[in-house]
Amino acid sequence: MALQPLGRMVSRNFKFDFISVRAIPFALSAILVVASLVSLAVQGLNFGIDFAGGALVEVRSDHDVDLADLRGRLNGLGLGDVSITTFGDTGRDVMIRVQEQEGGDAAQNVALKLVQGELGEGFELRRTEVVGPKVGAELIIDGALAVALALIGIMIYVWLRFEWQFAMGAVLSLTHDVITTIGIFSIFQIEFNLNTVAAVLTIAGFSINDTVVVYDRVREMMRKYKKLTLPNLLNFALNSVLMRTITTTFTTALAVVALIVFGGEVLRGFSVAMLWGMIVGTYSTIYVALPVLVYFDLRRDDMVGTVSNDGQRQVPEYERGPAE
Amino acid sequence: MANARQPIATLQYSGMKIAVVAIITLVGFLFAVPNVLDEETRARLPSWMTPMQLGLDLQGGSYLLLEVDLEAVAAEQLTNLEETVRGALREERLGYRNLRSTDEEVFVTIPDEEEISAARSAIRLAAVDMEIDTLENNRLRITIPDQVRTEQASAAVTQSLEIVRRRIDEFGTSEPSIQRQGTDRIIVELPGVGDPERIKDLIGQTAKLNFHMIEAGAAVTDARDLPPGTMLVPDSETPGMTHVVRRRVEVSGERLTDAQPSFGQNGNPIVSFRFDTVGGRMFGQTTQNNVGQQLAIVLDNEVISAPVINSPIIGGSGMIEGQFTIEGVQDLALLLRAGALPAPLNILEERTVGPSLGADSILAGEFASVLGVILVGIFMPIAYFSFGVFAVIALAANIGLLIGVLSFVGATLTLPGIAGIVLTLGMAVDANVLIYERMRDEFNSGRTLMNSLGSGFQAAFTTIIDSNITGLIAGGLLFFLGSGPVQGFAVTLTLGILTSMFSAIMITRLLVWLWFTRLKPQTLPI
Repeated sequence: MALQPLGRMVSRNFKFDFISVRAIPFALSAILVVASLVSLAVQGLNFGIDFAGGALVEVRSDHDVDLADLRGRLNGLGLGDVSITTFGDTGRDVMIRVQEQEGGDAAQNVALKLVQGELGEGFELRRTEVVGPKVGAELIIDGALAVALALIGIMIYVWLRFEWQFAMGAVLSLTHDVITTIGIFSIFQIEFNLNTVAAVLTIAGFSINDTVVVYDRVREMMRKYKKLTLPNLLNFALNSVLMRTITTTFTTALAVVALIVFGGEVLRGFSVAMLWGMIVGTYSTIYVALPVLVYFDLRRDDMVGTVSNDGQRQVPEYERGPAE
Repeated sequence: MANARQPIATLQYSGMKIAVVAIITLVGFLFAVPNVLDEETRARLPSWMTPMQLGLDLQGGSYLLLEVDLEAVAAEQLTNLEETVRGALREERLGYRNLRSTDEEVFVTIPDEEEISAARSAIRLAAVDMEIDTLENNRLRITIPDQVRTEQASAAVTQSLEIVRRRIDEFGTSEPSIQRQGTDRIIVELPGVGDPERIKDLIGQTAKLNFHMIEAGAAVTDARDLPPGTMLVPDSETPGMTHVVRRRVEVSGERLTDAQPSFGQNGNPIVSFRFDTVGGRMFGQTTQNNVGQQLAIVLDNEVISAPVINSPIIGGSGMIEGQFTIEGVQDLALLLRAGALPAPLNILEERTVGPSLGADSILAGEFASVLGVILVGIFMPIAYFSFGVFAVIALAANIGLLIGVLSFVGATLTLPGIAGIVLTLGMAVDANVLIYERMRDEFNSGRTLMNSLGSGFQAAFTTIIDSNITGLIAGGLLFFLGSGPVQGFAVTLTLGILTSMFSAIMITRLLVWLWFTRLKPQTLPI
């Protein structure tokens, strides 16, 4: 076989029956969603200072850091639990997080000053963040609002452009993505901050993008191939955009992995969330957004013409191979 | 899909169309150019060619979110109202008792029923715009109307903004940005400030300065034993020490026209100040009448200096001596020059990035972007051969366009913004892939090559629009509901979606058209 473009090889040689095995991924999704919700209810989210309030100080030391000593000294300040971690190649980058202090906005600043004073010489201040309780609460509301509005906006758009079943499917799969992404942050207690909310919204955008592409195909094929049963048709639509799904997910994943590895500490949480979200988003298009159409009673009468009940799979013209 | 029947028309490019696409792309690149030039070359460019602005997280700097303490403003309004009422009744020699203020109103009882209407008009005259109600038992209630309340609050915020601006300008950081946000908030952005402690101290002080006389010979430490008309004021230097100070303000700090740091006779740091004409006269009179007595210079309810008046000071200028450091007198002089805040400011949020971390972030972002482009640039030709190369060219054009648009609209590039660009790089080829997959489908179903090329674009078009609009919805929400860096992300993501649609549809189509007309291929390479 001569050297062929990867795209042609994939679309010619890979045909999967995605829909008939739907019970397994449904079960998997259900487990993931339930686990996420339980974790959210039981242990909640590990809010970063954006939401929880408090202070964060990132310093770079000009000497090797005696972590135990530093821990002892900072925890002795009476600021409650002070979390101290080192990162970077040299281990001289230190991240210090102070939980929210009693006493309103001014108290957070006092805590920051205490920490800076205790650190003393030999530490270069790289980053400080102080968030008071008032702003923290507002940011939580804004974040939740943004995600909710995004879901509603997307639902309305899909509903306008397609039939209601598609809108339901899209929202169901988006909700699935959002819950499991936030769930991962809860289960592994990864810090959840403002950037994470941005990541969740981007994931929603990415996932819906994927879903809409397949829906577009489904709609088109429903008009074209009137004799195909719905599961077959869905399968067919999925397979016909499979290469596109693989390529887009892969190229985006390449970029995101570059960000994870080289994008620095500040963006790491964001990038990891993105990568997870892309995987879930692609998965949910195939295994949530599409199969649920079967259950929402999507009928061809909703589109054009009538359904043929013979169940016979008609081989569409462009599955017959290239016209050579 | 009626127009799918004319696929040729969609692919065809007239010379005119080619020119338009080329010009748009070139203009985009032109605007992007300043971003890759060094400072010196950039200075010689015309003023419309500016690079993207860097956010505080990239260039280093400090972001402060301040809140004007409107409760304090309201409380002061009420105290003032109470004093006004007292003054008005005294002046008219009307009897009153139980004058007190609650959280929202002032109450006073006029024992003589005959005098109630006189009291009402006296109060009305002194406290214009206030609402006065007569209650049972000869009580009067004076309320500040909501409108006046909000006007005064708004004025307090405006004035605070002005004072903060003056203080920061006097302090001398480069290109500070001070903006009002919402009803009672002020955003201060200080590029290049890696440690804002001193600025926070400056902003955090109300800096209300007043000159009082100290009550001679009263060594009282308990507020209950105070002689009438005096108050206890703590000393700023010695904890626990208090001064018995007459309530009456001899001269207020508003009368100051200038204040400068300087050195006293012993070489100790002092602040020298100058009053305006009225203030100078008042100060002269006070010092003349009180030679040998102690003056109290009170700043934010602390006595910062209590000198003995040796001789009348008539020139309208004076100095404040105390236990000051050089930095201390510099800041004090600055605060006195800039004026007092109408209300205390609370710092709600602070985000500071040191310049070294900012520089590291830029490097990391650049590296991740370049790596992303390279990886996609390797993958696409593997997947789509020559058409993959077209996609990579379109991608390169997309980056240039995106950076050009960002520079043109004066967007601020933040670290999450760079993440947005990197993401766009990955997602930009999506449209290309959609188009190519369509072309192959069409070609495999037996259409002619030219037909397939055209209908590939045609059929993929609605899909591209649909899928990108949903992305724009998410991006738009992020922009309107997000704050700071997240907004930066929304901007690059949204603009990235738009430029990638242009590059994938217009530029790729142009390349495919050129390929088709110049090379006269017989078959689809993908």
